[in-house]
Amino acid sequence: MNDIKTNDFVIRFANVNGTGSASANALFTKAIFKMGVPVTPKNIFPSNIQGLPTWYEVRVSERGFLGRREGIDFMVSVNPQSMKKDIADVRPGGYFLYDSTKPLHADMIRDDINYIGIPLMQLSNSNYSDPRQRQLFKNIIYVGALAIFFDIEFKVLEELLAVQFKGKEKLIEPNIKALQLGIDYVREHFEHPLPLRVERRDLLGDAIMMSGNSACALGAIYGGATVAAWYPITPSTSVVDAFTKYAEKYRIDKETGKRNFAIVQAEDELAAIGMVIGANWNGARSFTATSGPGLSLMNEFLGLAYFSEIPTVLIDVQRTGPSTGMPTRTQQSDLLEAAYAAHGDTKHVLLFPASPRECFLMTAEAFDLAEKLQTPVIVMTDLDLGMNEHVSQPLKWDDNRKYNRGKVLGAAELDAIGRYGRYLDTDGDGIPYRTIPATHATKGAFVTRGSSRDEYAAYTEDSAAYVRNMERLTKKFETAREMVPAPKFFQDGKTSETGVIFFGTSTYAAKEAFQMLRDDGFAIDAMRPKAFPFGREFVDFVNDHEKIFVIEQNRDAQFRSLMLIELGLDPNKLVPVLNYDGMPITADFIYNQIKENLSGK
Amino acid sequence: MSYLRSKFRHPALPKNKLGYTVDYYEGSLSTLCAGCGHDSISAAIAQACFELNIEPHRVAKLSGIGCSSKTPAYFLNNSHGFNSVHGRMPSVATGANLANRDLIYLGVSGDGDSASIGMGQFVHVIRRNLNMVYIVMNNGCYGLTKGQDSATADIGSKNKSGQINLFESIDLASLAIELGATFVAQSFSGDKEQLIPLIKAGMSHPGFAFINVISPCVTFNNNVGSTKSYDYVRQHMEATSTFDFVPLAHEIRTQYEEGETQHLTMHDGTVIQLHKLAKDWNPLDRVSAVNAVGRARRDGEILTGLLYMIPECKELHALLNTTDRPLNSLTENELCPGADILESINESLR
Repeated sequence: MNDIKTNDFVIRFANVNGTGSASANALFTKAIFKMGVPVTPKNIFPSNIQGLPTWYEVRVSERGFLGRREGIDFMVSVNPQSMKKDIADVRPGGYFLYDSTKPLHADMIRDDINYIGIPLMQLSNSNYSDPRQRQLFKNIIYVGALAIFFDIEFKVLEELLAVQFKGKEKLIEPNIKALQLGIDYVREHFEHPLPLRVERRDLLGDAIMMSGNSACALGAIYGGATVAAWYPITPSTSVVDAFTKYAEKYRIDKETGKRNFAIVQAEDELAAIGMVIGANWNGARSFTATSGPGLSLMNEFLGLAYFSEIPTVLIDVQRTGPSTGMPTRTQQSDLLEAAYAAHGDTKHVLLFPASPRECFLMTAEAFDLAEKLQTPVIVMTDLDLGMNEHVSQPLKWDDNRKYNRGKVLGAAELDAIGRYGRYLDTDGDGIPYRTIPATHATKGAFVTRGSSRDEYAAYTEDSAAYVRNMERLTKKFETAREMVPAPKFFQDGKTSETGVIFFGTSTYAAKEAFQMLRDDGFAIDAMRPKAFPFGREFVDFVNDHEKIFVIEQNRDAQFRSLMLIELGLDPNKLVPVLNYDGMPITADFIYNQIKENLSGK
Repeated sequence: MSYLRSKFRHPALPKNKLGYTVDYYEGSLSTLCAGCGHDSISAAIAQACFELNIEPHRVAKLSGIGCSSKTPAYFLNNSHGFNSVHGRMPSVATGANLANRDLIYLGVSGDGDSASIGMGQFVHVIRRNLNMVYIVMNNGCYGLTKGQDSATADIGSKNKSGQINLFESIDLASLAIELGATFVAQSFSGDKEQLIPLIKAGMSHPGFAFINVISPCVTFNNNVGSTKSYDYVRQHMEATSTFDFVPLAHEIRTQYEEGETQHLTMHDGTVIQLHKLAKDWNPLDRVSAVNAVGRARRDGEILTGLLYMIPECKELHALLNTTDRPLNSLTENELCPGADILESINESLR
């Protein structure tokens, strides 16, 4: 363990939730980011407001691998409740930093790890008098200690505090003092720096660090959403929180001070999606954000939007199900629920972002897609992507980009055509022309309904008319295949008979595992799908490979099921690699599963 | 129902200010049972819009599921309609209204649609004071599924198969007043003299206007012993007032007897003239209105007419401070902050 590991370690903070640890831990992460070193934090938090154990895990990776890695190199323990488990989680040779204000119990001692005792509470209590400050600065003191252990530049911490407390400058000095308390204590009592170090690099270029939920919210702002309706649910709540924040900044009419948006906290998820459908029906871009339980409740309305062909945008920040499951843990387990939401024959367009940049782009794109296809589009993100900060390529927008509102007839166009038929397949792509209420005094009005109708929107129970409509909807879904974003490939052409498919947040760990396998001499081709339904390139990749590992974060191999249902494949061809314990999947897990399979053949 | 409608129109049919005759406000042929109260309400809606000189395409008509919710197809053929899902019309209407504040929103629902499956949405749309007219065609039973009791069926009322309803009824009008609805009226499908001006007033009201209309189900709930039958309602109706809706100082016309008259000036300058018949009742006082409805219920009467109103109120757009322009008319120019701002956001995240 005495080998120096530069920019390559995992540190975990064991805190009590509601004690202000989040901002101290974020300060630590951001300092490493500012030093140009790839870093990824994960909040592992309870469904609770105050008093329960919460963890914050940070991986630092010079090689840019930003998935989770197993094994904790350094544990910061400020929660006696979880101490025993936290000690057990440290890898042999690792470090355990604890509050030595009270001595450690004998049964907390392992002889294969290094203990670092700092009297955090005592230092804080003897320097601050306000009880809240004592609690908060205890956290900053350990950040100071870590800074000197890891050789983090003090100047960077100072700069970050200056930005954080802009406008509240008098808070800077006591924070600096707390950092210094930690630094001084380490200087006096321990060798430093440790063999685990952070060294300045220029590996991040113009990258940003943000959460997927904030990025989705900005995507909705840039994509032209004016109506947001929602019901609070972890982990999607911060999508609308961020949308509110950005809208209040960028969507206020300069002359009147009035709002170019409306946000309604609905009475439940049913009402939230109902409002979204009503607004979209009436020509305003509208969206909601929810998670698994909310998606279940929205099924009926999604069926209506599918069948009556109303653009609808839904951001599903997936969490661990079923039922209430583990509300603050991650999973990719709403896939089948989302793809076929509602009774009867329904299919929906899904998008799978894997980074904040894609959350932004795909949410904006979802509004175009929903209007072009006149159907629900569900952005399938998850708790890990949505609530954790991720290093990401910067967000980009082309000012020449126009919103594509799809096939909407205006008054002049209605005058120019003969009889208007809402559900006529004029263009042969399955997508009919819609009209927005109040467009024309005498043409284009019809009753939108979830019951069967003919091409002219008249209610009908005629079987032939029903079948024609259902077949047109199938055709529309075929059109969608080539309209949705294409997959990303990690090689030019075909290089192997074996392929691997991963999507969303599994991407981070999968890329690392993919590299580990290549380093071991296993040639594998990789594809990251970005959407459902599957387009031509996706199908070609699947057909071109004899064996395909499908990596996903659910128990039932839902993505694999989607492939089997939609593509009619031999099930033996698709090997599931499944992590569903609620924690983000790790590279080691993927590597071990695939290697075992490949070595055994 | 009949299958053919005559295309003949008397050449001397009166025209409104827009030059339309009342048939311009009609819809497709109704498929409801002959004698259904709902058809009278559809006709009253068409007549009210005709008399108010409304351009039909400026109206959006929305409904849930059930017999009543079929009716948007039977009036205002030139209006967009939305026959949504059971009990969820209020949310769809909320979204639609947020998208374009300039249209008139007319929601049609039934007692099953609003008082059972849709109760959650009904109470919350009231809280938000959405600018719409919300009509419940209330027949105390589920017609489309052949006559089961609904939650508005009175306790002790007998249905067609002879069963007595065991459960307390939900009184939607009292509930609406309690919840802070800003316009609450009650009427009877068979009384168009009262219903038409109520609908007109509701459409002029700048907030949530609720009209509970007792509308007997001729097929499943018009039997002896039912408290929602034509005979029962006719015998037990007690009008709070006679009522005239006076847009822009029109001549007042009424078939009711003279009584105490109260003028209520609405937000848009139109005037309601109430000829009060009920005692101890002030339509501008919530407690008084609740008491009047409660007393009538206790005595087995159905109080009709305007029950309660707050003429000046803030509807949802005013509460949310949304722009005066319809949100659905905004473009990239107003909505997209642009690449430069995005770069400044990027910079703040580095």
